Amino acid sequence: MTIDIMSTTTDTSSTPAGAATGRPRPGGTDSRTGRRPGGRDFLASLPWIGPALILIFGVVLFPAVVMFFNSTRDISISGVDHGSVGFDNYVEVFSFPYFWPIFARTIVWVVVVVAATVVISLGLAQVLNKAFPGRRIVRLAVIIPWAASVVMTTMVVYYGLEPYFGIINKFLVDIGLVDTPEGYGWTRNPATAFAWSIVVAVFVSLPFTTYTILAGLATIPGDVLEAAKMDGAGPMRTYVSVILPQLRGALSVAVLINIINVFNSLPILKVMTGSIPGYDADTIMTLIFKYIQNQHKVDVASALSVVAFLIVIVIVAVYVKVVKPTKEV
Amino acid sequence: MAVTAPAFEAIGAPAPSNRRRRYTEDQVSIGRVLLRMLGGFIVLAIFVLPYTIMFFGSVKTKAQIRSVDPTYLPTEWHWENYVNMWSTPETPLPQNLISTIVIAVFATVLVLAVAMPAAYYTARFRFPGRFVFLFLVIVTQMLQPAVLTSGLFRQFVTLGLIDTWAAMIFINAAFNLSFAVWIMHSFFAGVPKEIDEAAQIDGAGRLTVLFRIQLPLVWPGIVTAIVFTFVACWNEFAASLVILSTAGNQPLSVALTKFVGQYETSWHYVFGVSIVAIIPVVILFMIIEKRLVGGLTAGSVK
Repeated sequence: MTIDIMSTTTDTSSTPAGAATGRPRPGGTDSRTGRRPGGRDFLASLPWIGPALILIFGVVLFPAVVMFFNSTRDISISGVDHGSVGFDNYVEVFSFPYFWPIFARTIVWVVVVVAATVVISLGLAQVLNKAFPGRRIVRLAVIIPWAASVVMTTMVVYYGLEPYFGIINKFLVDIGLVDTPEGYGWTRNPATAFAWSIVVAVFVSLPFTTYTILAGLATIPGDVLEAAKMDGAGPMRTYVSVILPQLRGALSVAVLINIINVFNSLPILKVMTGSIPGYDADTIMTLIFKYIQNQHKVDVASALSVVAFLIVIVIVAVYVKVVKPTKEV
Repeated sequence: MAVTAPAFEAIGAPAPSNRRRRYTEDQVSIGRVLLRMLGGFIVLAIFVLPYTIMFFGSVKTKAQIRSVDPTYLPTEWHWENYVNMWSTPETPLPQNLISTIVIAVFATVLVLAVAMPAAYYTARFRFPGRFVFLFLVIVTQMLQPAVLTSGLFRQFVTLGLIDTWAAMIFINAAFNLSFAVWIMHSFFAGVPKEIDEAAQIDGAGRLTVLFRIQLPLVWPGIVTAIVFTFVACWNEFAASLVILSTAGNQPLSVALTKFVGQYETSWHYVFGVSIVAIIPVVILFMIIEKRLVGGLTAGSVK
């Protein structure tokens, strides 16, 4: 993300803490006050940023350290720490016979959900960007899955897919797509439950992605489109050659945030596939929670969380390297 | 909304030249407008559909909703479900609702109390460590409770806060802090510093400047941050699932999953509770609709 830290600042030189005017340059002195901004200014900032620092360190960074530490410990089911075991927990993670299928499924999960979300959102944004009576209501409707609990949205789909009494099954039978009168046990079979989970994940990711693209569309100058028209470009050509390149910034941010969210997503798979025995519909995230909740192996769960953490970092790093979201268009 | 409404009114920067272009284009073809309305209607139908199923389900009887030959629409409307649904054997739903409210409200208040001073100060002053602080804020935006759950679990066990609302208030506040800081930061930075200086010359202290001068100017940003934080806390699932083990302490998001896989799930009650939990946050989100993305991507999309 290209969040520009420096350029949004204004400083106030008439206050005591504002003595540090201008950008602090390492090794240099401040041109106006003749002294480097020092510890006193940092202390002056503490009453303002201190509480936020405590929260970030105490509830985000410290648990991360605890997690790294626990991944090398032997922790009993009752939570007693029996000392260091080196990398045994990691060995257990990687030697689990279902690990690599789950790893592959996690990649499929992230790639398919994010790709489908972006493609559909591009289309949705085109519809919502055009003026028509009632557009405001349509835009508000698109927000609903964003605000509504993902658990609740998933549960209504789960119910709909139930054989015999599920409404979606009933609809599929009525239109002839499913030819058994009781419907199909979508949520009983790992492959179909996983496929429907992807559908739900795309559905709940659409609002944020669509709104980000709409924001991107709003920044495209009208004269650029005018010029494309004058040059005789058709709507398709204009979209591919003019509009899409302009959306680069919005799209790259939307994709990055979606990758992080989808990788970390738990509720959809927990509801849709959680009652299926075995590991044929799991991703790394659901496996972590199976270690914690079903097997009470916090140590192995920590090791797998560290692996998950590193996978996210690698994916984000590769993405940033390849796509260069920070690059100006 | 008129047919000729400007296309870009809803979000982000206005595009004046664009407006004029669309204005003339839209007056040309009625057929195209009808086509757009059809597209819009299909989008509307798809996005409302799951929640419509939910609503219809919530007024059916258990026999109706579990009927082997279900009807799409309720044949009778059983509004008494909304009273009866609060006493089910699976989970103490009234307590779950209270948990959801308490955690979301206190976490939002905590985020506001912590993020606002930090956002104001980093937007107004340069100080050593400012860059590091804002970098930390971005890093926490990349992290989510799900991946840190095992660490959070052990930490709150050690602190003796496991299975308490306090633990979830801290977790929700910490993981929603970054967004609140970013959006408020960008709003504070948009206020000319001369306004601060003028107030200070008149003898106002820095806190007075923040509350009496700045807040009236940046309240849209504050409201956006509040609503966004509140909705995120209201729906949080992964950390609550592990941290809160007592049924009565759990929020609705966790409690409702207990109905899945039951021998005879009371879906009509699940959906009634879902409707009650969804409507307030959807309304809140609709209030800030116009600022939703402008805020989310503030400073990140150029």
